[in-house]
Amino acid sequence: MINLSDNVTKLNSLNRRMFILATAKIIILGGIVSRLFFLQVKENKKYLTLSDKNRIREWKLPPVRGEFKDYFGNTIAGNFEAYQLHIIPEQVEDFRYVIYRIKELLDLTDRQFNKILKKKDEIKPWETLIVGDNLSWEKFSKINNHLYDLNGVKPVISISRDYPYKENFTHVLGYVSQANENDISTNDEIKEKFVPGLKVGKTGLEKTFEKKLIGSNSVERYEVNAYGRRISQLAFQKGDKGQTIRLTIDTKIQELTNHLLKDKAGSICVMDIYTGAIIAMHSSPSFDPNSFVFGISRDEWQLIRNDPMKPLVNKSLSGNYSPGSTIKPIVALSALENEIINSDFTVHCKGHKNPLELYGQTYHCWKKEGHGFMNLKEGMKQSCDTYFYEVARRLGVDKLSVTAKKFGLGKKVFRDLFDIEKNGLVPNTQWKKNALGKNWVLGETIITGIGQGFIQTTPIQLCLMTAQIANGGYKIYPKLIVNNNEKQDDKFTPLYKKSKNIKIIQNAMFSSTNEIRGTSYRSRIDDPKYRFAGKTGTAQVKKITERDRELDLKTFEIPYEERDHALYVAFGPYKSPRYALSIVIEHGGSGGTVAAPLAKELFKIIIDRHEIRKNYDNKKYLDI
Amino acid sequence: MYQYTRFDNKNNIFQKIINLDFILLSCLLVLGFISLATMYSTDGGEILFHTKSHFIKFVIFFFMMLTISLINIKFWFSLGYLSYAIILGMLIWTINFGITASGSKRWIDLYFLNIQPSELMKIFIILCLSKYFHRMKIQHVNSFYAVCFSLIIIFVPMSLVIIQPDLGTSLLIAISGIVVLWFAGLNHKYFFYSCLLSIISLPIIISFLKPYQKSRVLTFLNPDRDPLGAGYQIIQSKIAVGSGGITGKGFLKGTQSYLEFLPEKHTDFIFTLFSEEFGFIGSIILLLIYAIIIYRVIRIGALSRSYFAKLFCYSFGTSIFIYIVINMSMVLGLVPIVGSPLPIMSYGGSSMLATMIGFGIVMSAKTHSQQSIA
Repeated sequence: MINLSDNVTKLNSLNRRMFILATAKIIILGGIVSRLFFLQVKENKKYLTLSDKNRIREWKLPPVRGEFKDYFGNTIAGNFEAYQLHIIPEQVEDFRYVIYRIKELLDLTDRQFNKILKKKDEIKPWETLIVGDNLSWEKFSKINNHLYDLNGVKPVISISRDYPYKENFTHVLGYVSQANENDISTNDEIKEKFVPGLKVGKTGLEKTFEKKLIGSNSVERYEVNAYGRRISQLAFQKGDKGQTIRLTIDTKIQELTNHLLKDKAGSICVMDIYTGAIIAMHSSPSFDPNSFVFGISRDEWQLIRNDPMKPLVNKSLSGNYSPGSTIKPIVALSALENEIINSDFTVHCKGHKNPLELYGQTYHCWKKEGHGFMNLKEGMKQSCDTYFYEVARRLGVDKLSVTAKKFGLGKKVFRDLFDIEKNGLVPNTQWKKNALGKNWVLGETIITGIGQGFIQTTPIQLCLMTAQIANGGYKIYPKLIVNNNEKQDDKFTPLYKKSKNIKIIQNAMFSSTNEIRGTSYRSRIDDPKYRFAGKTGTAQVKKITERDRELDLKTFEIPYEERDHALYVAFGPYKSPRYALSIVIEHGGSGGTVAAPLAKELFKIIIDRHEIRKNYDNKKYLDI
Repeated sequence: MYQYTRFDNKNNIFQKIINLDFILLSCLLVLGFISLATMYSTDGGEILFHTKSHFIKFVIFFFMMLTISLINIKFWFSLGYLSYAIILGMLIWTINFGITASGSKRWIDLYFLNIQPSELMKIFIILCLSKYFHRMKIQHVNSFYAVCFSLIIIFVPMSLVIIQPDLGTSLLIAISGIVVLWFAGLNHKYFFYSCLLSIISLPIIISFLKPYQKSRVLTFLNPDRDPLGAGYQIIQSKIAVGSGGITGKGFLKGTQSYLEFLPEKHTDFIFTLFSEEFGFIGSIILLLIYAIIIYRVIRIGALSRSYFAKLFCYSFGTSIFIYIVINMSMVLGLVPIVGSPLPIMSYGGSSMLATMIGFGIVMSAKTHSQQSIA
């Protein structure tokens, strides 16, 4: 019986403890259920988002870049279909075999081949390896014919930048190339839209209008697994192409400028004198921007970079040249405006035997024998230096600089459009004191009168200056972009005090080209339809010594770097002017013999094209 | 005397089959079905290795359980010490000749299958201790000798498993043993003091932990500490469960598991996958099935005549409950990650074998509920 009662106590204890534990179990179970409720019901949204974040990944595709068109709607920077070859390494059964086969088919050099192999090691096996980025059609079709043999190789047609006019527009448009660290960090737009292989503008308008041109990315949304491999595509969101930008440039004239400057270093700018529209703007030598799109080869780059004619410099905007005699219209105008002289003011040019002498310095005219008695018109026509020495001496540099600045010298023509554009320099006494800490001397005024010394101008400034003289002395704002919304502003701000003065200068420039003994008389066009007026300039790059004067060498006998710059500014047709141009040939020699003949050829085309341009405008309005 | 003979006479095979607990059996079958479906989902909606293997194991072990249940409980009682000794031998064998996988020696090669003795120990330690306390008078339970001996029975296999190393399983073995001690009537104060002691010594224990174990504990305390490393499992598991919502993402549509964000989805994290695909409602149903199973096990214990059967059923039911709670708390981010499978649901032969042996003995207690053991 004791045994039994012992058993009973034991069982009682067991059952009691079971009861305690059962209660505990129910509480714990409740805890688990409430935790489940918390996670799955209360916090469901949060975890659902996290789960989607886990599994959904977006891939941005390169946006399609906007195009550049010329005035007539021809594409000057467009997009073309580049034939590319992609490989996804993990989809290739025998990578070694395939890659060697491709090497054979594409005739890859060992260097290119090793570059591809290196790139393959850097990427994940399911990422795309670009084997060829811009294949010729022959190679592309060759690959297509051998596809049966190349498992996992994908021929792809992708969109890339194309400059159909090659070197013609390089300095206006600039070029695109792969975006680098610097591009990404300085431009938020690029940062936002960046994808590997994105091409962005590096210079010129391509860079300036990056935001308008870049467009927006297409987005592919994929479901991915934990290792980042794409499982299935969920959505495709098409991006917008960048804006198309229409320029005021006429491709025909642009091509002609390129042709005229062939094998020369220099610049030609052509401008509409009423609208300020740039008709052509070329800097020579140029280079083919297409080479940069897929990355330029080192050899080609060295060739461009080390060229003594400096193809990388946009001479139209950032070439600082002494204007030489092309400044004379402004000197004369300034003197007339300030009533220092009138058109009958006469100076006697006595030639090299009797130069102007001031404080021991002598100032020679370019003509050995001297010009004799010169009035304003004759002085301008024959570009008599002695005449302008005297005018400048009487005028003073400060008054001259006011007029020069008014007519567009010494400041950027396009303001913010190009970051490489230079200001040029129009000196005055104040400037010298501030910049050099020295007082202005009279001798410096004298040489400023013939566009030498401190004064520096860019070709586009000279073009603007000429245009503003040609249009009767009214302010214009040069532009490169056709803006359809812009209202034609008929109110021109006059830059003159007396419009008669402008007329005198125009006449003097006319005689320089169209009258006998004019410096560019040989380049004249007799047909009144094409007749133009101009002013030559020959800018010295070094001081002429007595020895040089005695030797009197021909241009080709002087070392290239020491030859004079040849300049020419002109406007036409003379009867009712419409276009102005400036020509600068670096180290070309005399402006009258080298630069002016180019103007003759240009004006023929420019004036013919004017009709076409007008008709195109009218037709455009009819279409609406 | 009369009664005994009456029951003895009627204790034929047919009678035994009638006496089986059919509610428990059907719950186990439903659970088996659910686990197969989940396994099918982990294989990505195809019948692959895990599904096939799990199916075969479930069928074999289910019939093994039925066989066990038809054998007299007395036989299992008599096997108590011997089976413990055999498993202990296997554990020692494991340490010397075990198969090394992912840094620990847990399996032994029995030529036709690899077995994990530590999983079996979880059941046989209950059997052994139940037998030990069955004979003991209530006054002796709290004697120094009894306490020491039972603690040795627990500590020997536990330490053998720790050095494998397998902290999770050794903890579960210890818990199984301690549960038996609790039911056997060990004084509450022992539990109280040992709890106090372990809390005090916790920092010392942590300093002895292996680096990966230490990082698990630290990660549990702050999963964002290393979201791609040690915290990854907890974070991804919580995301999977949480994103399941009320009704779940649907069968075979659990993105977290399908896209391989879930680690260990066949074994320890099987509940995560189930919960992601079937949601809150599915999880509650699963919990309900487990609750019914545990209730039936305890009920069988309550109806059993012998103390041994009672002690075994109670302890086994409670142990199963604790395994489930630990596994679920782990995947729900309530406790640090310790390797502990979800009974029957998780993939793993040894775990299922042990669980099924346990249910077999419980079922045997049912069919022989009137059997007393001397």
